[in-house]
Amino acid sequence: MQLKNKLSNWQITAWVIGLCLSTPLAFLIFESLQGESEVFSHLWNTVLWDYISNTVWLIVGVLLLSALIALPLGWLTAYCHFPGKRIFEWALMLPLAMPTYIIAYVYTDLLDYAGPVQIFLRDWFGWTSPDDYWFFDIRTLPGAIVMIALVLYPYLYLIFKTALREQSFKLVQASQLMGLSPFQSFLKVSLPLSRGAIVAALALISMETMADFATVHYFAVSTLTTAVYDTWLGYYSLTAAAKISGIMLLFLFVALSLEKMSRKSKVVHERQSSVNDTSLYKLSGKSGWLATLFCTLVLILAFFIPVGVLLSYAIDYFDQAWNDAFFNYAWQSLKISLYVSVIAIFLSILVVFYQRIGEQKSKGFPGKVASMGYALPGTVLAIAVLLPLTLFDDYLNRWLDGTGLEPGLLFSGTIFALVFAYVVRFYAIAQGAVEASFVRISPSIDMASASLGKNNLQTLGRVHIPLLKRGILTAGLLVFIECMKELPAALLLRPFNFETLATHVFQFVSDEQLELASISALFIVLVGLIPLYLVNRSMEQQS
Amino acid sequence: MKRAIATLLTAVTCMPAFAADEVNIYSFRQPFLIQPILDDFTKQTGIKTNVVFAKKGLIERVKREGKHSRADLVLTSNFSAMIQLEDLGLTQKIASKAVESNIPASFRDPDGQWVALTKRVRNVYSSKVRLGKLEALSYEELADPKYKGKICTRSGKHPYNLGLVASMIAHHGETETKEWLVGVKKNLARKPQGNDRAQVKAVKEGLCDIALGNSYYFGKMMTDEKQKSWADSVYINFPNQKNRGSHLNVSGVVLTKYAKNKENALKLIEFMTDNKAQNMYASTNMEYPVKPGVELSKMVASWGAFKEDSLPLAEISKYRPLALKLIDEVKFDL
Repeated sequence: MQLKNKLSNWQITAWVIGLCLSTPLAFLIFESLQGESEVFSHLWNTVLWDYISNTVWLIVGVLLLSALIALPLGWLTAYCHFPGKRIFEWALMLPLAMPTYIIAYVYTDLLDYAGPVQIFLRDWFGWTSPDDYWFFDIRTLPGAIVMIALVLYPYLYLIFKTALREQSFKLVQASQLMGLSPFQSFLKVSLPLSRGAIVAALALISMETMADFATVHYFAVSTLTTAVYDTWLGYYSLTAAAKISGIMLLFLFVALSLEKMSRKSKVVHERQSSVNDTSLYKLSGKSGWLATLFCTLVLILAFFIPVGVLLSYAIDYFDQAWNDAFFNYAWQSLKISLYVSVIAIFLSILVVFYQRIGEQKSKGFPGKVASMGYALPGTVLAIAVLLPLTLFDDYLNRWLDGTGLEPGLLFSGTIFALVFAYVVRFYAIAQGAVEASFVRISPSIDMASASLGKNNLQTLGRVHIPLLKRGILTAGLLVFIECMKELPAALLLRPFNFETLATHVFQFVSDEQLELASISALFIVLVGLIPLYLVNRSMEQQS
Repeated sequence: MKRAIATLLTAVTCMPAFAADEVNIYSFRQPFLIQPILDDFTKQTGIKTNVVFAKKGLIERVKREGKHSRADLVLTSNFSAMIQLEDLGLTQKIASKAVESNIPASFRDPDGQWVALTKRVRNVYSSKVRLGKLEALSYEELADPKYKGKICTRSGKHPYNLGLVASMIAHHGETETKEWLVGVKKNLARKPQGNDRAQVKAVKEGLCDIALGNSYYFGKMMTDEKQKSWADSVYINFPNQKNRGSHLNVSGVVLTKYAKNKENALKLIEFMTDNKAQNMYASTNMEYPVKPGVELSKMVASWGAFKEDSLPLAEISKYRPLALKLIDEVKFDL
């Protein structure tokens, strides 16, 4: 009886969180049901299928490419010894700090006809016009896939690496003893064991890809997201736009549910205190250098080239690009990102913990609905957030009517709106990372704690959270960096006279003046590096 | 109790304190264009200006904020946004003698719900080397097979292009315009992409010979050290000089229905329609001022006088939804 009561408290908490975070979505869905299907059917008859196929190809491409980059990297840095490994371990996370829209602009500048690469080729071969030679066009669907994957692979890399570290590598050792080659062991032991973590990461990547607007728009690749924008801003139909968003979310929901069902009986909880040095394979000679080369190549493409270009712009255009308000913008970005990371982690721990101890069939539901916001494109999310908040404001003002107080837009007109929107959008990341760590704590630990007379809260506080430290840090880091980079929601929801680094960058890149935005863009990357460094250091200390 | 709760909430959400003497602006136009004008306004009147700038979604924000909205003005970069605000009932009459005497009637809403501040032409740029100046060019000709594989433009769904397509529908009807769009699409050198400046750059690079673009970009590019060479590679042409004249778009301003600082907002609108601000628009942003008698920038004047299409904007904007449908039907952007 006692237990039942306790559970229902956790249940209520989780459901409240789930419902709060999904209000914007609920309002959007409600909006999509408001009749009016003329625009939608017009789209259906004209361009919608092209959009759907582009979206599917984009997501499939990004997932495949991210997996090709991140899985080998994760495995190499978790289990192998090769030259430079210590540096690569954290350096491979660096591309996360790079906003996708920036990397897209940089590469376009570099690779287009007037860019240094083609100029060099023309000089070298004596070509004079575009008719003389063929050069790939980066502003295409494959180009967009490469750009997005270069920025998003660190999700998979990080989550996979953490999973490998926390797995029992006794199994890997055993596979070694049984004569499996490193590659076979990777395929037959490491991959299946980390399946949950991999899928969680891929789900995050596909949501983020689905929500990307800036890059696909810049590359003129029409996807469902661009369709959402077209219908809302072109046809003035939020209803049809919400319908399209609904289709996207439905896909996602079905995909995630199917995956969960297929995984039901395959949970492996065996965990040992993470040992930092799990190097099983000493890669020496040629294979060692190959590993080094692979890591270096990824880093150069995803991080050093874009940063190098930004740096050279920043130096050349310093006088025009420098702005005394940078520190203020950086502070605003930092502040918001910190609030959001802390809130998102706190909420996700509560929700995931209930998933762990709950006995109801529906225990996974709150987490799932709360995570849906991640797949919404930024501007659409911003509107979805405004729907309930403005209603709420209106209600509050009417409630205070007659008291002489008129707070106005207390929720929708302040940074509350921005923080709320970001929590809704990035909660999924926090939950993904926290969940991945929770799964690896064996239920027997909970039982042991219970048998010592600890209640759930004490178990969570004294047993789980210390064990989860790494997962929590990871989650916080990911959310923080995403907030630093986020642009569309910030543009639309910010209060008066409020600039973040990202909104400042946007003013210039939308006019093909990346050089003037270079310093701001570097600030975004730099501020993103600080938590990267801190998290890395604390991980080192833990072990 | 209610008071306590309200105070607490105000503290938690960092609600900014609003001063008495200020005006709040939602702007579709970039800060670096309008900030100098706003600063000048503050210097003259002592009225503080607060801005939220975004390129997308501000109309929805005003709509959702309803009567508590803090926005007193919305600055738009094209006429359809103003007319949409009006249609949604989010505007009120700009009752000002000064504005009426500054701005010709054809650039004001008959009912005073919006005022245009600047004019821009939808020009056609042609490669100096490969095509030369095209004095007699018309928009209709862009569908002529002689330009096959030579035209560059930004997305057909961008307001500037939608405005042009809507004006084509107004002059030629739906069927003919659809045929024209199919013809233009066949002539495209590449899928519509980038912004107006990027099209000129593409002409310089030899990817295409003709590009659509707004007039002021040409002037802006001339004053940008990196982009000057792009602009130097093209001539600016004013289409349809032999018949109806070139298609115009405008940037403008509306006074929101629930403006809390109406007095100040009206002062700002008056300021923006007056000589000083109109001059700034002309000289720093290379746009055509709406106030008669305001001098053009030297560069803009050097492009020569031209004939404007006199069809009222309100008339053209009726065809905007249809224009969008046609763009989708011919898969212009895909």
